[in-house]
Amino acid sequence: MRNPNEIVADALAAIQACPDLPTLEQVKAAYLGKSGQLTELLKSLGAMPAEERKTAGARINEAKQAVEAALKTRRDALQQAELDRQLAAETLDVTLPGRGAGRGGLHPVSKTLSRIQALFRSIGFEVATGPEIETDFYNFTALNIPEDHPARAMHDTFYLQSGELLRTHTSPVQVRHMETHQPPLRIIAPGRVYRCDSDVTHTPMFHQIEGLWVDESVSFADLKGVLADFMRNFFERDDLPVRFRPSFFPFTEPSAEMDIGCVMCGGEGCRVCSHTGWLEVLGCGMVHPNVFKHVNIDTERYVGFAFGLGVERLAMLRYGVDDLRLFFENDLRFLKQFN
Amino acid sequence: MQFPESWLRSLVNPALDTAQLAHTVTMAGLEVEALTPAAPPFNNVVVAEILSAEKHPDADRLRVCQVDVGEASPVTIVCGAPNAAAGLKVPCARPGARLPGIEIKVAKVRGVESFGMLCSTKELGLEGAADGLMVLDADAPVGEDFRSWLNLDDTLITLKLTPNRADCLSMQGLAREIGAITGAEVRLPQIGGVAERIQDAVPVQVAAADACPLYLGRVVRGINAQATTPRWMAERLERSGIRPLLAPVDITNYVLLELGQPMHAFALSRLNGGIEVRLARPGETLELLNGQTAELAPDMLVIADANGPVALAGIMGGLPTSVERVTVDVMLEAAFFAPAAIAGRARRLGLSTDSSHRFERGVDFGATRQAMERATQLLLDICGGQAGPITEAAAALPRREPITLRLARLTRVAGVELGADEVVRGLAALGAQVERQDDRLIVTPPSFRFDLAIEEDLIEEAVRLFGYDNIPAQPPAAPSRMLPQDETLLADDSLRHMLVDLDYQEVITYSFVDPAWETALDPTARPLPLANPLASQLSAMRTTLWAGLLETLRHNLNRQQARVRIFELGRVYRSQTEQPMKLGGLAYGDVLPEQWGAAARRVDFFDLKGDLERLFGHALDTRRGAHPALHPGQCAEVWADGRVIGWIGALHPRLVQTFDLPAVPVLFELDSQVLAQRSLPRHATLSRFPLVRRDLAFVLDAHTPVGELLAVLREPAADWVRSIDVFDDYRGKGMAENQKSLAIRVVMQDTERTLTDQEVEDAVQKLVDAALRQCNASLRA
Repeated sequence: MRNPNEIVADALAAIQACPDLPTLEQVKAAYLGKSGQLTELLKSLGAMPAEERKTAGARINEAKQAVEAALKTRRDALQQAELDRQLAAETLDVTLPGRGAGRGGLHPVSKTLSRIQALFRSIGFEVATGPEIETDFYNFTALNIPEDHPARAMHDTFYLQSGELLRTHTSPVQVRHMETHQPPLRIIAPGRVYRCDSDVTHTPMFHQIEGLWVDESVSFADLKGVLADFMRNFFERDDLPVRFRPSFFPFTEPSAEMDIGCVMCGGEGCRVCSHTGWLEVLGCGMVHPNVFKHVNIDTERYVGFAFGLGVERLAMLRYGVDDLRLFFENDLRFLKQFN
Repeated sequence: MQFPESWLRSLVNPALDTAQLAHTVTMAGLEVEALTPAAPPFNNVVVAEILSAEKHPDADRLRVCQVDVGEASPVTIVCGAPNAAAGLKVPCARPGARLPGIEIKVAKVRGVESFGMLCSTKELGLEGAADGLMVLDADAPVGEDFRSWLNLDDTLITLKLTPNRADCLSMQGLAREIGAITGAEVRLPQIGGVAERIQDAVPVQVAAADACPLYLGRVVRGINAQATTPRWMAERLERSGIRPLLAPVDITNYVLLELGQPMHAFALSRLNGGIEVRLARPGETLELLNGQTAELAPDMLVIADANGPVALAGIMGGLPTSVERVTVDVMLEAAFFAPAAIAGRARRLGLSTDSSHRFERGVDFGATRQAMERATQLLLDICGGQAGPITEAAAALPRREPITLRLARLTRVAGVELGADEVVRGLAALGAQVERQDDRLIVTPPSFRFDLAIEEDLIEEAVRLFGYDNIPAQPPAAPSRMLPQDETLLADDSLRHMLVDLDYQEVITYSFVDPAWETALDPTARPLPLANPLASQLSAMRTTLWAGLLETLRHNLNRQQARVRIFELGRVYRSQTEQPMKLGGLAYGDVLPEQWGAAARRVDFFDLKGDLERLFGHALDTRRGAHPALHPGQCAEVWADGRVIGWIGALHPRLVQTFDLPAVPVLFELDSQVLAQRSLPRHATLSRFPLVRRDLAFVLDAHTPVGELLAVLREPAADWVRSIDVFDDYRGKGMAENQKSLAIRVVMQDTERTLTDQEVEDAVQKLVDAALRQCNASLRA
């Protein structure tokens, strides 16, 4: 009988020399296969005397285990090497950009409109809309602005050749809504409005959001509360200073202009706030009884407040846009800044 | 409205500095728009007299002047101004003076020591001719501080007044208002009656008493119209933005500013017969003071003499009867014209005058006579002459009815109790008569307030005087009710976000467009024209979003953008009652952004159609259509609810050329209302039985649309036929000319049982028969 130790030594050498898994399987067959050297050795045990057989058997088994262990180690190593090769081959430059379609973006005025609507919806305001080509009645008369009233000069109105007009504010939506709905009412009306004016700080079309709250007990103090809350949330500044000044709108009384502390300079005074530290941001007031009368709402039972704010103005302040006209040039380089 | 602070302070002088005063006034509703110094800062400048001016020994253009600066002995000053001459009074900057941009020191000028500088207007930063020294009046007091002599430490205050506050369009009105706000004492000018020295009068007749309930006229004879307007008056006029012209005119302007009463002076010799206040007659014209000839409309009020109109009442006087330098006799006019009789007329004539501005808003009819007396007195003082009696034509003036203010209502509207005593005090300070009756105030407004007629008007005044800032800002208490959320209606915002996810950039374009673009896109379009457009390219209301999208494309192509994918959600305009909301989109350039990992390919019809299918969440019902703006072979109608709801297509090659585009954009426009409608999902039982697929290849005429074949196949299908879809469209090799092969996959599955082979074969045969019968499509061999 050949010394199992020698066979093991040969086998270990052969295993170590295996370059790949198929060769390793051949080596395995050569030693442990049906007619492998160790298998043959095992078969020869039968011819041995019983007393030798036991020790010889033990030695052969040890040898077999040694070879199997070596095979496993080598197999693991070769498999690992194979996997490493595969992984190396499949390695990507992960710093290359991703593939596929791009993503567009919302217009900054749209973003601002959404934001304003979301804030007001969160305290129960519903969204209402109305036509942009309006009649004189809804745009002026029903809002207590009679013909030839000097307040009409504040609105540079576009007229159609048919005699109708482009609404100069979103306030007509108030009237239309109150005609068809009973108080209590809480609405905002966003949309396009038009003024016959075009220069550095005016575009002939812009956006407003009108707000209206009619109920049995709303007051000027509530108006102040809602609008101060809105501005502070819109600009995400709890300490934003706000102030209300008396003003005049034919459809509200008392009427007020609301100013906020300049968000550009923090009230120090800058070009944007004309060095006053304050920015005029909206007009508001308690609904004028003549407006209620046009829509048959009982002025003794109900009180209301209304406000109208310029969306572009808020967008400019929020995003630091310094030229109103950019909003309607639709230059993609500008629009993509808001994506 | 602009005025000098010094004038205001001469009438009411609260203990507030300029900035505090501006803040207080602003917070009371009279918005201070601007505060402008009357002169830039400089100091140490005095009124001086040039005693002698000798040529400089070493310089031809310089002169050595001996100048009296009000000190014991004259000082030597070297001066380069060509008009420097003995006897002139000029401003002189003393050593140590700081002028805009320079500091004055004693210095040697070409060897002669100079003790200061004689100044031009420019060197002091003042307005006026820059050439040479500023020449002062002969009576200027030598040695006096130049700034204080000309009252230059003054501020011009510009107010942005709201149309309801006509009463604040005068110094008297402002003083009254500021007195009420601050509690400061108000010292209004004392105006007495002028002695009548002559009996001359022009008879006045008012034919339109509603429009002109009060007309006062007065003849003043023997005036010197060329008299110099006193410096104090000229200064106040100039600082209020009115250029002094001729003394009588300056005086009427001064009274307008001081008391708010517009006045007019006629040259008496040019008036023919008596005065009549009446409406204009058809065809009448009037040459106005500004040289414009106005065509008078029958609702325009005029002052007429026997020959016709001589003034447009409350707006502007006529040129032929205006006061000139040679005028000796005048007729002064002070009247009350009703706002409704004046409003809008000036604007229609393209005019806006100080007079019409005030009459439109309301002039104090309680102070008309006072204004006449004031103007007469100033005229006599400045121009001399003798005054006649005041001729008055009067009818019913507006009445100021008592208004009831319920204190409880005030509290309810304000949201806080204001204190009845304070309210009474405040309203009284505004000139109203206030009577308290338990829980209410009976308030009669003064004649100068045209904006106080109902309870709310008084509530506003009470809250205003209380201070808007003193009303607490409180979060309102309201019942918590949830807002409805319609799950079957997509919000506009959701639509926008879906398009953004599909790689479209939102744009907002003008609702008015160039009508030429509209008709180029659709020759049958009739865009509504604007009566007063800003420009021809913004002169009609859009009927489609495409013009704006194409314009945006062009704008961006001109800025080197090669890939443009944009959308707009907005209205188009057909009439006042029809302004539907549309969703429009445009894609141009490569389908994907330029990238290493995908081959570049230009966007086409099917890319857009795919985007819309993702937007709708299902296959689109599209049919071949014809739209004048779209390529006739690449144009589809989109159908829903049994009607066309929009279009997809490539821009017509003709328009690609018209709009000068380097390549073809693909466009869509859809009715967004339909797009927003979604059905509420409804669960159906899932099948546990095997699914059977059959692929069929049909050969048919190349011109038969797939949609037609699919419709035919889907028609007779049993309800266990789950889907019938196309997965290949083959033409070319192996196919006859004008033929194509369509590969159709049929998927069948029942929820209740396994389908038998026979059932499947029968179903397929039914499809094949229908295809052959209705589309002449045969199975490919």
